[in-house]
Amino acid sequence: MLILNINGQERQLDAPEDMPILWALRDVAQMTGTKFGCGMAQCGACTVHLDGQPIRSCVTPVSAAVGKQITTIEQIGNDAVGQAVQSAWQELDVVQCGFCQSGQIMAATALLSGNKSPADTDIDAAMNGNICRCGTYPRIRAAIHHAAKKLA
Amino acid sequence: MEAIKNISRRTFLKASAFVAGGLVIAFAIPHAKRFMSKAPAGGDAQNFTPNAFLHIGNDDTITVLLAHSEMGQSIWTTLPMLIAEELDVELERIHIEHAPPAPVYAHTAYGLQITGGSTTTWSEFDRYRQAGAMSRTLLVMAAAQRLGVQPADCRTENGMVIVGDQRLTYGELADDAAKLEAPAEVPLRDPSQWKIIGKATKRLDSREKIDGSAIFGQDIQFEGMKTAVVARCPYFGGSLKSYDDSAAKQIPGVVKVVAIPTGVAVVADNFWAAKQGRDALKIEWDAGPNADLDSEQMFADFRRMATGKGAVASAAGEPESAFNQASKTITAEYTAPYLAHSPMEPLNCTVKISKDSCDIWTGTQAPGLEQAAAAAILGMKPEQVNVHTPFLGGGFGRRGNPATDCVSEATHVAKAAGMTVKTIWTREDDVKGGFYRPMNLHQVKVGLDAAGNPLAWLHTCVGQSIMTGTPFETYMIKDGVDATSVEGVADSPYIKATPHHLVDLHTPKIDVPVLWWRSVGHSQNAFIMESLIDEMAHAAGRDPLEYRRHLLKDHPRHLAALNLAAEKAGWGNPLPAGVSRGLAVHESFGSYVAEVAEVSVVDGEVKVHRVVCAIDCGLVVNPESLAAQMESGIVFGLSAALTGKISLKNGQIEQTNFNNYPVLRMSQMPKVEVHVVPSTDKMGGAGEPATPPIAPAVTNAIFAATGKRIRTLPISDQLA
Repeated sequence: MLILNINGQERQLDAPEDMPILWALRDVAQMTGTKFGCGMAQCGACTVHLDGQPIRSCVTPVSAAVGKQITTIEQIGNDAVGQAVQSAWQELDVVQCGFCQSGQIMAATALLSGNKSPADTDIDAAMNGNICRCGTYPRIRAAIHHAAKKLA
Repeated sequence: MEAIKNISRRTFLKASAFVAGGLVIAFAIPHAKRFMSKAPAGGDAQNFTPNAFLHIGNDDTITVLLAHSEMGQSIWTTLPMLIAEELDVELERIHIEHAPPAPVYAHTAYGLQITGGSTTTWSEFDRYRQAGAMSRTLLVMAAAQRLGVQPADCRTENGMVIVGDQRLTYGELADDAAKLEAPAEVPLRDPSQWKIIGKATKRLDSREKIDGSAIFGQDIQFEGMKTAVVARCPYFGGSLKSYDDSAAKQIPGVVKVVAIPTGVAVVADNFWAAKQGRDALKIEWDAGPNADLDSEQMFADFRRMATGKGAVASAAGEPESAFNQASKTITAEYTAPYLAHSPMEPLNCTVKISKDSCDIWTGTQAPGLEQAAAAAILGMKPEQVNVHTPFLGGGFGRRGNPATDCVSEATHVAKAAGMTVKTIWTREDDVKGGFYRPMNLHQVKVGLDAAGNPLAWLHTCVGQSIMTGTPFETYMIKDGVDATSVEGVADSPYIKATPHHLVDLHTPKIDVPVLWWRSVGHSQNAFIMESLIDEMAHAAGRDPLEYRRHLLKDHPRHLAALNLAAEKAGWGNPLPAGVSRGLAVHESFGSYVAEVAEVSVVDGEVKVHRVVCAIDCGLVVNPESLAAQMESGIVFGLSAALTGKISLKNGQIEQTNFNNYPVLRMSQMPKVEVHVVPSTDKMGGAGEPATPPIAPAVTNAIFAATGKRIRTLPISDQLA
């Protein structure tokens, strides 16, 4: 049994130490908002925050999260930046199939939490690890700028 | 439930005995089998499900059932818009569900329930509006009866029938409306009265897709369910010889290991255990007949085939001898590789088998085909198999596979394990699992007349057939020519206008499974055709835009898209140093798209700065989702053009994941501008037509920048 702090709550999870956070969230904690896309930190669909930093949960073992705070897409709307990002996503009609968007929103929220007015090059750097096969990149970029303005 | 008395085209059916009460609108199009070679599985159109398209509950709920699958293209919004336009309800009030497989949901043109071919909006444009209009008519009739007035005295607004100061909600009227005899036909609103169609409308599935609550196939979970990961033979056409599962069974959480027709499945309490178990299997495969497959060798074989006579796809004049009169001759060989679809959500399917029924959850573009396949495996009737379609995490054709590889395999896993199982593919399983866009080789010889216009054109195509073995085979393959192999070539306005031409096709039989990939044959054929036109323009010493305008002078829709894109891109205006423009225009799926790409090449690295796109797709239902689909199609095509390649070596696929099958990322994303030709012409598609022109627009720009003509995709292999 591991004790993990997920979205501000202490959770006892029956998971082996080497199980990636992704699968502990999805299959053990039954929280399916965080997605499996590649399993090797290539696509970013599994992005969650560990103590506020974006990480790829598909390659990060649960043992690395003990004593730290995991924040997921299910909770990010309760954060002022996360909420602004989600609103911008809706206003600019970003999503298509939607499968990558949990990870995109977690990455964008992490960016805006540390950088109040990111330049395009900052967005490139922060979002390059998050693949979208539907091609929502231009709207993601615009939505990040939009959210930054709203937060200013 | 009333019997259907009249099954003429678009007869409305109405079920008054719907279990939950309320009004149900259904109707059938029994003879829509235009593209079908055999009747769809699951019975005929009379066995319609009672809650077919629209249900208005006596609790005021309004439910729209989608005969098509939402995979990103925004049909979750477009189809409800069509109903709301006629029904007078706010879009936000509508509850939306994917329809189960049933004959009533058959595609109005294809005759079987499938999402594909960029057809949903135009093929449902009448049916969904009629569902809304019929419902509104019956509700008004019910209100008129109750209030003792004429239907003409009633108006409707926001889900209510209004007579003077009296207001009745649709829910209050639904049970009465369900008892009325449906009129044979109801008029649809004149376009001048439209309030919703044509208005940019935001997606109705946005909220749930940004807070993690949207349910995809991968997210299906319930008590007692197990997860499986399957080891499949790495050789196409190979088979299982033997396996040792002793180490796999030692992995905590692994509950069972079962052999199935496609390999060995490890069933476990969770994905992680199943994956570790799968990796711990020791398996001996019989490589079968394809252990030596090598894509370079295959291209060499294609090249040899191209020297022979193929099946004729289009011919005119005397193409061989006409070259004698040509003042210039161009010969070229073009190739395009296999491509994987790689939707963001790897394939998956959950199967729960009960005594007399089976429930399947999978993100599918073709629920009826999955239903029939699972039923056959289980020895059940199709109607005993319930297919539930959650959101699709991308499809691009991969989730509409007539071979039903994912669902059939998952059904075998659940059956062999005797458990409810979600079978999940890893990304590697997806990339290596086959069902690719076919690799193609074209050999072309074009003779130009004194003015530089094409006089004689010999065009030989070599590529596997996609349609063979699908329900569309009889319709799509004629005289040895799979129409999708030569689409955009044999019917090209350039070739049709060439007085002497021959397009022929060789169709090699190879055990690498192929499938329609967003824009199908157009995906490589537009690259080849629009590159050739560019080659011809340069050989003729003419501007690529002027050259196309001249050749397309009798094709107003091509011209409209071409001219709009050129104007908005500022064709001919100066560009920053090092940046060049390329152009392409192509018709596919009934829509006409032109794209201008601005590109620079620095140290062998291509950077696409800006893409200006113009489309004529006829009437636009939702301009917001049309623009999104143009952006989407361009990104999809750009990924393939820049780096997309699936190759074989020693019988095995060389690529595994996004590290060696790279796709476009944020930093590579050009600015995209979408312009729409105002048009009331015949409606075309939106999901695919933006994909074909992007590769040639970029390679033509590379030629303008560097003088290097890219005739083999992907571009990254050519500039390295």
